[in-house]
Amino acid sequence: MGRIGIILEKTGKTIEGKVEEMGRTVLMCLSIFSWMVRPPFKIRPIFKQMEFVGVKSIFVVVLTGTFTGMVMALQGYKGFRTFGAESMVGATVALAMTRELGPVLTSLMVTARAGSAMAAELGTMRVTEQIDALYVMAVNPVKHLIVPRVIASVVMVPLLTVIANFVGILGGYFVGVHVLRIGSGAFVSNIVRLVDLEDIYHGLTKAAVFGLILSVVGCYKGFNARNGAEGVGRATTEAVVLASIAILVSDYFLTAIMF
Amino acid sequence: MIELFQLHKSFGSQKVLDGLNLVIEPGRTTVIIGRSGGGKSVLLKHIIGLMKPDQGKILVDGVDIARLNDRGLNEIRKRFGMLFQEAALFDSLTVGENVAFPLREHTKMTDLEIRLEVKERLKAVGLFGIEEKMPAELSGGMRKRVGLARALAMKPEIVLFDEPTTGLDPVMTEAINNLIIETQRSFNLTCVVISHDLQSIFKIGHNIAMLYEGRIIEYGDSAKVASSENPVVRQFLNGSIQGPMRLM
Repeated sequence: MGRIGIILEKTGKTIEGKVEEMGRTVLMCLSIFSWMVRPPFKIRPIFKQMEFVGVKSIFVVVLTGTFTGMVMALQGYKGFRTFGAESMVGATVALAMTRELGPVLTSLMVTARAGSAMAAELGTMRVTEQIDALYVMAVNPVKHLIVPRVIASVVMVPLLTVIANFVGILGGYFVGVHVLRIGSGAFVSNIVRLVDLEDIYHGLTKAAVFGLILSVVGCYKGFNARNGAEGVGRATTEAVVLASIAILVSDYFLTAIMF
Repeated sequence: MIELFQLHKSFGSQKVLDGLNLVIEPGRTTVIIGRSGGGKSVLLKHIIGLMKPDQGKILVDGVDIARLNDRGLNEIRKRFGMLFQEAALFDSLTVGENVAFPLREHTKMTDLEIRLEVKERLKAVGLFGIEEKMPAELSGGMRKRVGLARALAMKPEIVLFDEPTTGLDPVMTEAINNLIIETQRSFNLTCVVISHDLQSIFKIGHNIAMLYEGRIIEYGDSAKVASSENPVVRQFLNGSIQGPMRLM
């Protein structure tokens, strides 16, 4: 009984801790939204973050998108060939990229690159008292540090997704048409016939939500980092793991709602 | 004037402030002394509203800052400056941008005016031509002086110093102490300094308050504290292991 009691107590405390953290994350979200609409509005920090989150992620997103499109074409071809529907490869790649792989892979790459950096940067600022210094100078750190990062992520992840979709389809086209010898006309016409604008819009909406998730989680973890370098390291790891899980879980629910 | 009444603060089961009372006189330097980990920094963070007490009042010119909302707290904070232990300079900004930061946030000064003001502020702490350097390129003493220049940029009435001389060599310690004294005199500032550097304490402090087990156990001018009969104060000032003060 004693051992069961201890197990129950520990489980209860863990759940309590997680629920408390969820509550704090929601409060931070509310704080972010309220600071987003309160003046002063400064564009420069947002553009700086857009460059960091977006422009500097282009290379890794292009690489990921291209190879994903290429491998999708390769795998799809093997499947479709068994019942003579090779021409469907293009549409399959395009649908998979626009609806699912584009937004998910892009946001996972941005989480790894920029979400982790947000957690590390804010965490370092926290443990070296730079965030306290902002408070002391009557500057709200949520407004000054977090709002630009969140806005930049919500704007840039969908834009990066557009790039990922484009290069993914291009990679699929290259493999399908030039390597697997599928007819170019059939490849493209099936894409045009089967991919609706709605598929693209819904994919981009998901990407914006993922941008929100990865930036809020990264900033939340960094902002609440404690205990020096070790704490910053832990915050960074937790930010990447939690944001990745949250993206994949929310992806299911968003898909269920939208498609 | 800053008045602290019956301040209580605990972290879990650990009581850090236990009914602390203290009056900080305007236009003077009050040094708060006490052993490491004894709650001095926590006390300083309460004075500027970075922490809220579990109980008690923190009155700044009669306004209880523990009850203020963010906006009210920000208005009060504009009257404060603070030099952090490691200076807390923004490491993504240059020295010049660091000092200019509060001016850009809270004034309508033009770029040229800000640049001149930054130059002036840095000159006042004995630094010349380092506006374009990054904080990582500076020595500990220079970082503290830049931190002081930033703290004074908005011409505050009250300046808080969190262990301003910790980790500095004796010459730099002397330079920082002189800077604190000169700054306090020239602007008639109210200064609150946390320190356990005995030489600095008596050099810069008009009043000295000893914090022990969450309360102020001795308060007075330098002479009074130096000649205190309180065994804890005596042990602290003598740097002795033997005595009533418990080692943590």
